[in-house]
Amino acid sequence: MARLWTAALRADGLDVQISVSPDLPFVGTYQAGDALGALGDPTRRAIVERLAERPRAVGELADELPVSRPAVSQHLKVLKSAGLVSERADGTRRIYRLNPAGVAALRDQLETFWNRALAGYQDVVEEPEEESS
Amino acid sequence: MTQEATTVVRRRIVVEAPLERAFTAFTERFGDFKPPEHNLLAVEIAETVFEPKAGGHIYDRGVDGSECRWARVLAYEPPDRVVFSWDIDPQWQIETEPENTSEVEVRFVAETPQRTRVELEHRNIDRHGPGWQAVADGVGNDAGWPLYLARFAALFASGD
Repeated sequence: MARLWTAALRADGLDVQISVSPDLPFVGTYQAGDALGALGDPTRRAIVERLAERPRAVGELADELPVSRPAVSQHLKVLKSAGLVSERADGTRRIYRLNPAGVAALRDQLETFWNRALAGYQDVVEEPEEESS
Repeated sequence: MTQEATTVVRRRIVVEAPLERAFTAFTERFGDFKPPEHNLLAVEIAETVFEPKAGGHIYDRGVDGSECRWARVLAYEPPDRVVFSWDIDPQWQIETEPENTSEVEVRFVAETPQRTRVELEHRNIDRHGPGWQAVADGVGNDAGWPLYLARFAALFASGD
């Protein structure tokens, strides 16, 4: 498993951060959370959109959204249990960010796809012009 | 690393082809360069059709006639730009909820009359959020990441 992953990245000449490590430690953070349900709420979706821009503290999110600070905290708790966001302490504040493991894994997958697609595209578009009508 | 760095894939390539030809090749011959291991159909793909209009779809048609619409054409502006949705979830299954889909924009810029720069941006990848759980689940069974990675590894091993 680990060998396959490494080989795939190297063979494709990618310079990407390997965010899915061989032992996949992030799997354990997902618990039994329901990510689909977590994102079904418009406020939580708004929170995720803002965290996609950059990490933010609870207070910042409350200032930007039409909901109270306790409500934001509650939504963040749901998102965290679903494995969608992670938090870290910064002094007395707690900074929330999108859990990068899930997104990064998908991003790596898509990056590989487009690397291959564009390499193929270049071959196609640069091949000698056949008789054009 | 910024958050955006994890939610966007940007690629740029310069091809030795005039602008119009670069655009046409991308849209009309997508099936010729799409990595073949990315197949959502149960059978071999006979062709990939890129419908040349906003509101159209990109779909694969299998040798048995089955079809899989995996993208919605959001903008079609030859020869400069095309935007389409990415209705494929992290498990490489069709995503039916538009809000959970990402978006691909491709811009074509003439560098010289015979040379075109192609800029591709696959953005809002985090909108596939609900699929993250699926990715995590998939890692632990044969239908998920291991299968996907094995396919890639096999591809490279064959000397491609």
